[in-house]
Amino acid sequence: MSIHDLTATELIRRLESGDLSSVEVVQAFLKRIEQGDGRVRAFVRVEANRALSAAERIDQRRRGGESVGRLGGLPVAVKDVICTEGQATTCASKMLQRFTPPYDATVIRRLKQADAILIGKTNMDEFAMGGTTESSALATTCNPWDLARVPGGSSGGAAACLAAGMVPLSIGSDTGGSIRQPASFCGVNGLKPTYGRVSRFGLIAFASSLDQIGPLARNAEDLALLLEVLAGHDPSDSTSANVPVPEYSRLVSQPLDGLTLGVVREHFGEGLDSQVQEAVREALRVYESLGATVKDISLPHSRYAIATYYIIACCEASSNLARYDGVHYGYRTDETAMLADLAAEQRALTSRGDSPLLDDLDSPLVRMYRQTRSEGFGAEVKRRIMLGTYALSHGYYDAYYVKALKVRRLIRNDFDAAFREVDLIAGPVAPTPAYRLGEKTEDPLAMYLGDLYTVSANLAGICALSVPCGLNGQGMPIGLQLQGPLLDEQRLLRAARMYQTVTDWHTRRPEGF
Amino acid sequence: MSLTRQQIVKVSLLARLRLQDDELDRMTHQLDQVVSYMDLLAEVDTEDAEPMAHAVEQTNVFAEDHVLPSLDRESALSNAPKRDEQCYRVPAVLGD
Amino acid sequence: MSDPSYEIVIGLEVHVQLQTATKLFCRCSTRFGAPPNTQTCPVCIGLPGSLPVMNRQAFELALKTAVALNCEIPAFTKWDRKQYYYPDLPKGYQISQFDLPMSQHGYLEISDAKGAFAPKRVGILRAHLEEDAGKSMHDELAGKADSRIDLNRTGTPLLEIVSQPDMRSPEEARAYLTELKLLLTYLGVSDCNMQEGSLRVDANINLHVATPQGTVATPIVEVKNMNSFRAVERAMAFEATRQFDVWNDTRISLGAPGGHKTTRGWDEQAQVTRPQRQKEESSDYRYFPDPDLAPVIVTDQQLDAVRASLGELPAALRDRLQTERGIDAYDADVIVNQGRAFVDYFSELADIGGDAKRASNWMQQDVLRVLNERDLTIELFPISPASLAELLKTVQRGELDTSRARDVFNVMAESGDSAAQAMQRLGIQAVHRDELRDLCRELLDANPNVVADVQSGKEKAIGALIGQAKRRNPNANPNQVRQLCLELIRQQGSAQE
Repeated sequence: MSIHDLTATELIRRLESGDLSSVEVVQAFLKRIEQGDGRVRAFVRVEANRALSAAERIDQRRRGGESVGRLGGLPVAVKDVICTEGQATTCASKMLQRFTPPYDATVIRRLKQADAILIGKTNMDEFAMGGTTESSALATTCNPWDLARVPGGSSGGAAACLAAGMVPLSIGSDTGGSIRQPASFCGVNGLKPTYGRVSRFGLIAFASSLDQIGPLARNAEDLALLLEVLAGHDPSDSTSANVPVPEYSRLVSQPLDGLTLGVVREHFGEGLDSQVQEAVREALRVYESLGATVKDISLPHSRYAIATYYIIACCEASSNLARYDGVHYGYRTDETAMLADLAAEQRALTSRGDSPLLDDLDSPLVRMYRQTRSEGFGAEVKRRIMLGTYALSHGYYDAYYVKALKVRRLIRNDFDAAFREVDLIAGPVAPTPAYRLGEKTEDPLAMYLGDLYTVSANLAGICALSVPCGLNGQGMPIGLQLQGPLLDEQRLLRAARMYQTVTDWHTRRPEGF
Repeated sequence: MSLTRQQIVKVSLLARLRLQDDELDRMTHQLDQVVSYMDLLAEVDTEDAEPMAHAVEQTNVFAEDHVLPSLDRESALSNAPKRDEQCYRVPAVLGD
Repeated sequence: MSDPSYEIVIGLEVHVQLQTATKLFCRCSTRFGAPPNTQTCPVCIGLPGSLPVMNRQAFELALKTAVALNCEIPAFTKWDRKQYYYPDLPKGYQISQFDLPMSQHGYLEISDAKGAFAPKRVGILRAHLEEDAGKSMHDELAGKADSRIDLNRTGTPLLEIVSQPDMRSPEEARAYLTELKLLLTYLGVSDCNMQEGSLRVDANINLHVATPQGTVATPIVEVKNMNSFRAVERAMAFEATRQFDVWNDTRISLGAPGGHKTTRGWDEQAQVTRPQRQKEESSDYRYFPDPDLAPVIVTDQQLDAVRASLGELPAALRDRLQTERGIDAYDADVIVNQGRAFVDYFSELADIGGDAKRASNWMQQDVLRVLNERDLTIELFPISPASLAELLKTVQRGELDTSRARDVFNVMAESGDSAAQAMQRLGIQAVHRDELRDLCRELLDANPNVVADVQSGKEKAIGALIGQAKRRNPNANPNQVRQLCLELIRQQGSAQE
């Protein structure tokens, strides 16, 4: 087996035993990136030199008998929505193309403390808004299983680089399915932790009450390993959970006795692709063969999840993205041209004697804001800002925003009731496998509806993961979603690992990679 | 509720966006579709539901009042699109 | 009120900077006067990815103030984002409180010791905790119309205290501000320095005009840019007159077409208010709960602890000084208004010296004069209460007249000497009563005409002897000389009968 085929857990074992050096591992993956990323374009930036010198330092420390961290010498890819000190962090937006944070996100600090090697930053939908990675202003990422198809999103680069064997571990963020859906589209594993389990400090916000950083990996064991490094209380994040972190990497191999899986009646209706449905049903039969009970349950408000999610997410986004105004950092429009245009408009209106329009004419500052934001943001980001601004504006706040917060409570109550009956909820991640590039870009509503199964976990704050559970007739991966109660990631991971001891979907690799 | 072009124009100023004519048309059409879909929520009985603004309820999270080092000025200003030695610069703020 | 045909209605919005070491949501220093942009971090610059964490001390100071303002403290409070674009507001929103403020429905009692208005309660609508914005500086050099932005102040904790429109005159508005500042100073929650912007005042003012059809309210005007309490008083007086003139011209009432709220700025130089341009789209702040911050729950036990920590507040202290020390309301007011340390000094002085009235007079006239002349606070006043008490006792025993005592006081204040040392330095010795009696007897013997005058009822004639006594012994106390002489003459008279 070559280096890039090994799991992170196995690589660490070999690094620790001295069978492999970190430099060898990093070189092997850099080579994979060099060979494959021209086609996939998962990375927006690869830090080859930095990674190699970090690997050398780790090797030296190991040779010198020093102890190294949990991920000592292992390369990790980071979604470009997470701040890295002294290294550009763009959110795949023109707005932040020249932004270099003067600080590290808490998860980056934790990765560095664990002696992980940050090998590069991965592509994503602009500001994590989208499900295909096509809204990136920097590049279009392709699905390694079929380069004509989307890798999913918004953590498309994070999932694609893992699927193509360019890294053993990857970090994404999930606001409404942005880890789980690309993981399922690319045939890898992805976990959205409970809200608050992983610090958001340094994660560039899309929707603050929904965003969560999480791991993507080759199997459940690797997810457990990476989550153990990422998770933990952070006093810099007021929403961080101040509770101990279980030893996921040790617990993951313990099977669950008497597991009860809930299957949501409402998830198997209209719009669910028949092959996806069949793969999920088959996965449930596997669980039954392992002694689990499968129980039919209802989440009565699940049909409202998409509307609820998009209102809340867009309201928060419209506020979170207000800071990109061209004043303190990021893109600013060409001021000279802007001022000249404004002066010309003023002259034209004056000569026409159009005083009402003249009164409405932007001041130079307001024009700078508007021009900067219109040029710096892409279409999808602008749509969501507009939607959120509208929903929070005077006269609509109660009908949309407050209403959505109330339905969110009902959705959460549904989950609370369900978890009194079952241990975990199992179902599809997305209604279909990966679709063709460009297929949904002009129909935002259709794209939003694709998030049907994933957004509820973010609304309720619970944890959820995606594991590969099949390939469709065209050879595209299908994912199984498991959702668990608040802070019960260990149960999710153990259930996923149980499944992977008797199936091999997670070991499949795309042809050509 | 259905969205008019005029509303979109108003919201675009609130959001500090400047949309060209064709963008305004497209935006009106797309947002109208989305907003119509969101009206689905009207049918939900939310009488007894407490609004849920946070995913996980937490209260009383504080930091102690001890000074930590600030960024040096150069780092603070390093990302500014326009600046001088001491400050960020913007087109003149009118009034006030 | 000058014109009885209308009533002035004033409500005040006061922003107070709380005295914390660090900002409300990050741990940057709040020190005033640092070079621009040297006290900022990712959080207060609003850099992508940064998150706020609430300063415990800021919340506690705010809570203390709210309790002292007799506010109701709801068990649950949260923070909201107030959204608008301004270059000194780097996140595009200010973290503030909207529908569930940390306190509401309180009051502050105001009065005027000289009786300019009847004592009253000014209602407090709400007091809430929010972050400050940065500073925009406008230097319009030739052709260069840029503004420069300094974010040092961004995120400094502010308590916004909104009064009810309960004040009926510019004097009441000023009294409210003075009393509020005093309270905040007693609580130690703010330095209230208006020059450094730690206390800022905006006023809402309109008139209730009596008309044959009943009372009519004029449009509300918000007045800004008032940089002292005196400015507030003058601006309110100016506005009242101006609004009445406008009313007489236009008859536009509140809410009528053209009767919406407007904003004006106080021009200190010209002593007038001028219309201000409104911020664009300021009407739609799109408040919503900040998802990055946790709400705060305040328990009854916590409130009890806050109440216990308040100490004695100005109003209670004024009452106590009157009842316990027997000084009048005006004196108690002057002393209490100087701050807690001044009251402590006074109490110690009265305790040791034993005469509260005399202590009060000396504090108000002499101590305050020196403090003002030298721009000192009482903490740095060179004479200890014990030393001053020693001096006052000498006066009380009649061993020193007030004018000599003042000379001694000045030396003490200058040198830090004790009373005895200062008297020695001035060559003053307290004259013993027996010694003085002998002197008086000699003088009477030498001036039988004066004795005769006094005996015939012209007591004033004694004056001639006081001058002579002073020449013979500069330390002779004139009052004592007068009393002794009269006593001796009376004794002579009765002896002759």
